[in-house]
Amino acid sequence: MRSYAQLALAGFRRYSNYRQAMFAGLAANVMFGLLRTAVMIAVVGAAPVAGYDVPAAVAYVWLGQGLLAFVQLWGDARLAGRIRTGDVVVDLYRPWHLQAALFAEDVGRAGFSLFVRLVPPVLVGALLFPFQWPEVAAWPLFAVSALLALVVSFGLRFLVNATAFWLLDSRGVESFHVVATSAFCGLGVPLSFFPDWAQDVLWATPFPAIIQAPIDVYLSHDPQWTALGHQLFWAVVLSVAGHLVLQRAVRKVVVQGG
Amino acid sequence: MIEVRELCREFAVTTRTGRFRRTRRTVRAVDSVSFDVAAGEAVGYVGPNGAGKSTTIKMLTGILVPTSGHVRVSGVDPSRSRRELTRRIGVVFGQRSQLWWDLPLRDSFDLLRAIYRVGAADYARRLRECVELLELSGFLDRPVRQLSLGQRMRGEVTASLLHGPELLVLDEPTIGLDLESKERLREFLADLNTTRGTTLLLTTHDLDDIERLCPRLVVIDRGTVLADGPLEELRAEVAPERVLVVDLEKPADPLGDLAGVVAVRSELGGLRQHLTFRRDETTAAALIAAVATRAEVHDLVVEEPEIDDVVRRLYARR
Repeated sequence: MRSYAQLALAGFRRYSNYRQAMFAGLAANVMFGLLRTAVMIAVVGAAPVAGYDVPAAVAYVWLGQGLLAFVQLWGDARLAGRIRTGDVVVDLYRPWHLQAALFAEDVGRAGFSLFVRLVPPVLVGALLFPFQWPEVAAWPLFAVSALLALVVSFGLRFLVNATAFWLLDSRGVESFHVVATSAFCGLGVPLSFFPDWAQDVLWATPFPAIIQAPIDVYLSHDPQWTALGHQLFWAVVLSVAGHLVLQRAVRKVVVQGG
Repeated sequence: MIEVRELCREFAVTTRTGRFRRTRRTVRAVDSVSFDVAAGEAVGYVGPNGAGKSTTIKMLTGILVPTSGHVRVSGVDPSRSRRELTRRIGVVFGQRSQLWWDLPLRDSFDLLRAIYRVGAADYARRLRECVELLELSGFLDRPVRQLSLGQRMRGEVTASLLHGPELLVLDEPTIGLDLESKERLREFLADLNTTRGTTLLLTTHDLDDIERLCPRLVVIDRGTVLADGPLEELRAEVAPERVLVVDLEKPADPLGDLAGVVAVRSELGGLRQHLTFRRDETTAAALIAAVATRAEVHDLVVEEPEIDDVVRRLYARR
């Protein structure tokens, strides 16, 4: 356990090396946040839509802008790269569980982006526009929900990366993943704006767990337990799937000589 | 320490033979290899590219399951107990890094300490030794991505020793290093073997690595062991010849009739001559003197048979 804590700490330090990238990303986040705020206020300014009035819509936009970096919505291809170059041999040759080790590192990365990418945009939104703060009881639930969002997002990214064990080049799967995630996670438009049947379909996928669910928990929309339950379900399913896929992959590498 | 019996490894290779047709073919990368390495030995595992060296190393470290045969490393079956084995042996892949690219070298060491659960006192002692002997102190706090290859390789070796392995497996550790870095690394490994008793198994293409480090050599080609024994013995056995390359001031007729010369190859119209001579019949010094009586010598070089050449001869002999 201590070694995973160390890995998380190392993840934090690794990403703190890339401050310029973080600040550039933050600037882009804020720019898009301003645009999206303008659009959302135009939509809900006259009358609330699907439970969103102006302060809720503003909170929705800026939380989304912050969360997308926290959960690394645009994916990452680090493991896939290591598989392609064969460096993954070194990773497999460690007394650790590779999936757990990578998750620990991702927790460290998310921890760093919490300070640089999640909190600042939310403060910008809160300072410039009418902003809905959550009920006191919603704070700890939101923290749990954000963590589950990270687990789900990591689970998806791990599976996408692991396809490289079979495909060698996982860029196709990777871009499909990015398109699916960004379209269905509830970043562009709140999922409750969609027709009922579309909402049912989308909530049957893991994607809303990444952005929409934590925002719903924050805004206390719907019973929070349904959002948290959805997240927990997908967190478990994706983690177990990742574990099984990794086992298959290791067997493939070790037995077939990948 | 290492026990290998009748080890085989096959790979399925698919080749396109038509628009849609693919043929599967089985290739034997390692074909009934057997050898033992006792604790405290230093063994060079050599052979040309594609001979099956890395495949053997992968099976020894548990990254690859043998198709058939028996392997025991440090008392365990590597592919069955890979995790356990990783705690007992150290591996350096010369072409891969086990350090964290964007962290200072020291942080990588700290992480490895946590991953391998090394006690504080042992860790401090081992790190101190490595820092001293490999002269790491100048770049311990520099991110790995900024290190030179020689510095990084010294870091890699340190990283593989922090958990105090009884066996260190090195896959081409000196590849790409300059002469000084190579020498420093060899010195360190020789010391590790003789004073600390760590068993060494290394693959290399560099004859000097073997000469400096490995009293014993296992030669492999096309998946089978060709020879196993001390380097000098093998070389004397299969390659008793050396080559004297002389550059003459003026072109001369081929000097093939000098005592001890078994073959001559003339270049540049006789200006450069490659004289192959047997070491048991004449010495380089005597031959040089003999050449000097016949022509004016501008420059000369004595060539040892290259390791690949020794391997080729071993192969041709069979």
